[in-house]
Amino acid sequence: MSKSLALHLGLIAILIIAGLVLPAYHQGNLARILVLATYAVGYNVLFGYTGLLSLGHAMFFGAGMYGLGLAMQHGGVAALPAFGIGLLAAAALSAVVAVLALRTIGVAFMIVTLMFAQSAFLTVLYFGEWTRGDEGFVLQQATRQIAGLDLTNPLIRYYAALTLFAAALLITARMMQIRFGHILIAIRENEERTTMLGYNTQAHKFAALVISGTLSGAAGAAYALLFGYVGATFTSVQYSIFPLLWVLLGGAGTTIGPLIGTLFMFYLIDYTSGLTNAYLLIVGVVLVLLTLFARAGIMGEVRKRFAPWLP
Amino acid sequence: MSVLQTKGLTKQYAGLTAVSEVSLTVEQGQIHALIGPNGAGKSTLVGMVAGRTEPTSGEVWFEGENVTPLPAHARIRRGMAYTFQITAIYERLTLAANLELALRDRSREKAIAALDRVGLADRADQLAGDLAYGHQRLLEIAMGVAQSPKLLILDEPTQGLAESEIAEFNTLIKSLAGDTTILLIEHNMNVVMELADRITVLETGSVLAEGSPDDIKSNPDVQEAYLGHAEA
Repeated sequence: MSKSLALHLGLIAILIIAGLVLPAYHQGNLARILVLATYAVGYNVLFGYTGLLSLGHAMFFGAGMYGLGLAMQHGGVAALPAFGIGLLAAAALSAVVAVLALRTIGVAFMIVTLMFAQSAFLTVLYFGEWTRGDEGFVLQQATRQIAGLDLTNPLIRYYAALTLFAAALLITARMMQIRFGHILIAIRENEERTTMLGYNTQAHKFAALVISGTLSGAAGAAYALLFGYVGATFTSVQYSIFPLLWVLLGGAGTTIGPLIGTLFMFYLIDYTSGLTNAYLLIVGVVLVLLTLFARAGIMGEVRKRFAPWLP
Repeated sequence: MSVLQTKGLTKQYAGLTAVSEVSLTVEQGQIHALIGPNGAGKSTLVGMVAGRTEPTSGEVWFEGENVTPLPAHARIRRGMAYTFQITAIYERLTLAANLELALRDRSREKAIAALDRVGLADRADQLAGDLAYGHQRLLEIAMGVAQSPKLLILDEPTQGLAESEIAEFNTLIKSLAGDTTILLIEHNMNVVMELADRITVLETGSVLAEGSPDDIKSNPDVQEAYLGHAEA
C-alpha cells in the first residue's frame, strides 16, 4: 500500500471512529464540516490542481442543492433519485459555464464565473414562487431517507456525510495519480508548454471544471438532504468565497488540505465567537497571519517542510 | 521528400506585415536554419508552423498533409516538437516529471534515458527551477528531443548558453542528424555554419535568400542585410 493510500484510508478510519466517540455537538459539527469539505475538495480540483480560480462555485453548490430540493419538494421525487437530479443539474450547469468561461483566462475568468454565479443567485430569487427565495424551504423530515435509513438521525447523518466525503477524497486522490491528473498539474504549472507538448489543454480544463462543479453539486445536494434546508444564501457570493478560503488555508493542491482548511475555519469561528462578539476580528488576524507565514496553506507547509511525498 | 512545406504563409498584425508570403521547404533529415535580423519574423513564422499563431493567409503542409486547420496540440501529436525562445519548463516539477510529460508516457526509465542524452540524468529528482540557466535550456531541448519528433523546431536554443554548453549542444544536435529533421532559429553564426545543411534568410518578413551555408556566406544581399550598406 502506498503512503498516500495509507494516509487517506487512515484519515477515513479516524473519521469513522470519531463518529462513535465524539459528543453530539461535535458530531453534528463534523457532519456539516464533512459535507462542506466535499465542496472544498471539488473546488480544489479546479483551483488547486488545474490552477483556475473561480469566484462562482456557489452556483454549482446551489445547482445540486436546488436540483435535489425542488425535485423533492415540488416533484415528490424520492431522496436518492433526487440526489441524482442534483448531480445532473450541477454537471449540466458546469458544462455550460465551462464552454463559455474557459474562453477567458486569469482575472477575466474570475469575473466571468462571478457574473454567472450572480445570475444564478438572481435566478433563484426571481423564481421565488418555487424557491421561496431568501427565506428558502424546509425538506419534510419523512422524505429525508435513503433505503430505509433515516438521514435525520444524527449518527446516520454523520456516516452519510462521511461516505460522501470519503468518496470525493478517494476519487480525487486517484485522479491525481493517473495521467489525467498529471496533465491538470502541467496546465497549472505552464499551460503554453503543455499545449506545445501535444496535450489538448482546453479539453482537460473543461473536464476539470465539470468534475469540480459536479463534486460541488454533490455537496450542495447532500447539504440540503442531510440538514433539511434549501435557501438562496447558499448560492450567494459568500458561498463562492468560502471554498476558496478553505482550500487556501488547508493547502491548495493537496488532497486533504480542503478538509483541514474547512475544519480549521469552522472551529476557529466556533471557538472565537464563544469568546467575544468581535470574533471576526480575531478570525481576520489569524487569516492574515496564515497568509503571511504559511503561504502554501497548512498542508502545503507540512509538505514543504516535513513530508514532500504528501499527495 | 519534404517533411515541412509552407505555402505563401503570411501574418499581419493590425496592418503590419510580420511575415509575408513565405514559401519554405524543409527536406527530410536536414538541419534547416532560419536566420535574419531581429524583427525579421522568424519566431512568428515557426509559430505558424507549430500552430501557436494563426496565419492571415497561406498553408502549412506537414508530411504531405495540410495541417493549417489543426490546433497546436494536434500538430505536436503528428510529430512536431517545439522549444520556446524563452525557456519554458515546469519549474516546480522534477526533471523526471518534466520528461515524463514530454514523453507523454509515464515511464521513469525512458525519462532518465532522455535526461542522460543531455547529461542531466543524475539530477532527475531535482526541481527543474533549481537548475542553472544553461541546464534549464538543455532540459528544454531534451524535452523536445525525447519526443523523437519528425520535425524538431528550436527557437534560439543556444541563447544564453556558455561556450562549453554550446559545444555540447552542437554534439547533441549532430547526433540527431539524419533521423530528425530540424528547423533551427539561431543568432549564433558559428552554430549555424557548423550545423546547418540549408539556410533561409528572412528580412522584414520575406525570404531574402536561401541556400547552402557557403552560398549564404557569399551572398551580397545577405551581407548587406547583416552588415549594412557599404557607404553607411
